[in-house]
Amino acid sequence: MFDWFTLSAEEQAAVLLSLKVALWATCASLPFGVAAAYALARGQFWGRALLDGVVHLPLILPPVVTGYVLLLVFGRNGMVGAFLAEQFGIVLAFRWTGAALACAIMGFPLMVRAIRLSLEAVDRRLEEAAGTLGAPPLWVFATVTLPLIAPGIVAGMILSFARAMGEFGATITFVANIPGETQTLSSAIYTFTQVPGGDAQALRLTLIAVVLSLGALLLSNTLSRRIARGIGQST
Amino acid sequence: MSLSVDIRHRQGDFRLEAKFESAGRLTALFGRSGAGKSSLVSMIAGLTRPDHGCITIDGEPLVDTEKRVYVPAHRRRVGYVFQEGRLFPHLTVRRNLLYGRWFRSAAERYTGLDDVVDLLGIAPLLDRSPARLSGGEKQRVAIGRALLASPRLLLMDEPLAALDEARKAEILPYIERLRDKIGLPIVYVSHSVAEVARLATTVVTMANGTVTAVGRPSDVLSRPDLVPGADEAEAGAVLKAVIQSHDDIFGLTTLTAAGGMLTVPRLHRPLGTPVRVRVRARDVMLATEPPHGLSALNVLTATIREIGEPHGPVVDVRLDAGGAQLTARLTRRSVSMLALAPDLPVYAVIKSIAFDEANLSLAPQYGTDVAVEGGN
Repeated sequence: MFDWFTLSAEEQAAVLLSLKVALWATCASLPFGVAAAYALARGQFWGRALLDGVVHLPLILPPVVTGYVLLLVFGRNGMVGAFLAEQFGIVLAFRWTGAALACAIMGFPLMVRAIRLSLEAVDRRLEEAAGTLGAPPLWVFATVTLPLIAPGIVAGMILSFARAMGEFGATITFVANIPGETQTLSSAIYTFTQVPGGDAQALRLTLIAVVLSLGALLLSNTLSRRIARGIGQST
Repeated sequence: MSLSVDIRHRQGDFRLEAKFESAGRLTALFGRSGAGKSSLVSMIAGLTRPDHGCITIDGEPLVDTEKRVYVPAHRRRVGYVFQEGRLFPHLTVRRNLLYGRWFRSAAERYTGLDDVVDLLGIAPLLDRSPARLSGGEKQRVAIGRALLASPRLLLMDEPLAALDEARKAEILPYIERLRDKIGLPIVYVSHSVAEVARLATTVVTMANGTVTAVGRPSDVLSRPDLVPGADEAEAGAVLKAVIQSHDDIFGLTTLTAAGGMLTVPRLHRPLGTPVRVRVRARDVMLATEPPHGLSALNVLTATIREIGEPHGPVVDVRLDAGGAQLTARLTRRSVSMLALAPDLPVYAVIKSIAFDEANLSLAPQYGTDVAVEGGN
């Protein structure tokens, strides 16, 4: 009889790695996501359309292409990869950090879109009012703008996290499928479907993926509601 | 405090060319919508950058395009009460009030939370969220928030425009208190003659992006050419008067004004208090003989100074009542029937109930400018 509740060490490693990779990808890309969303929503500069296009590239390119570009740029012989390895001893290719980078980039357009939408909805007259009360621009951003876009930030983080949990193509191209190092939940499911008799394990991991994603969604809904109440808006 | 403005600005098709100086305690910027009042105030606050010109407070430039001076809004110490309040929705009333507090040094602060809460009567609201305040409450909190940032000049951009009459009546006394008790210089934007007549010490009228007159309210508001169409029915004059006696039986108060006595609904103020009375031109009738058998209680002796240009069937007749200026709005037919002409002595008749609450107010206490300190 197949045991539905006991995971092998390898499977456990895959689940934990996926969570770790997704959390890092989401949190590390957040400041860049806010900055990019701000530039796109508020900025008036040459090349804004170009930035918009670049941010959205991972959404429209086949994930394998994104993974291959990452390998070219951040691989050991890639321009940035070689520089990072020589100067700082940081290696991304075929490491879990590389998986996090791939997931961050794949989730980036989703995160930026959500934050940008909420930034565009912010009443800028409130920021002006804060200025007339003596608050310098950075302080206004931290105490007025950020709290008002918090629901958008939460939504963006959840989208990015969910994308990271499901990311497969770019990850497997960039960092391969090394058990215990770069084998995420998705790659593990893929591996099980390729071995005879692996169906039950694949199904078990699939259920775990469903539970994790649903949990993240519910958490984000609760958080958004609570924040919206906090900033005096009805949902 | 003296404020000097001399700017030229272009926004699309609209040209703003404004020049005036005011050392008034409450300077009203008056004119119909689209005259450029709000644009001007937003330049004083530092929210809009003028194309050319300079704005100075007490000789210190906030903007001077020639000398390339531009002080950003957050360093100007110019408070701003917006028409729609603009309270921060994510903060409680208390935290809204205290928002601007940390940007001023102890030496610059001249009032504290308790004083402001008392002055505006907002103690019961402190822990509420702005979403749960009425319009009038929001505006009082917005005024308090601006005060607690210790500004040296307070801009108020039609702070009452979004409120109904009852709420307006609720806020007006607080603005009078700011003017008289805290002694904070105020620039007040309005298109309502009633508000301007009640509050202003200096009036700057604007039309089509230019300043058309600067002066005391009694001089400016009695000129129909400066107080145009926007408030056609509200045009009139402002008289200064002193409370002479109270009549509790009939609920009336008698005032001494230049030109005679005025009887108005009972005012709950001590004898001798200086007040302002606004007399709408449409509430004034003229007689060439002393009227008798008349219910109106107020008859002032006056001399016709000028008969205005007729517009439609209506003519504004300007009067001199013992040195005070008064305007009567009559039909052309009456003017011709009574053979009214300049220098003719007449009797101006005003019904007492023409003086409702909005038309009677405490005169600003000239010469008693309190040094800036906490209001209580």
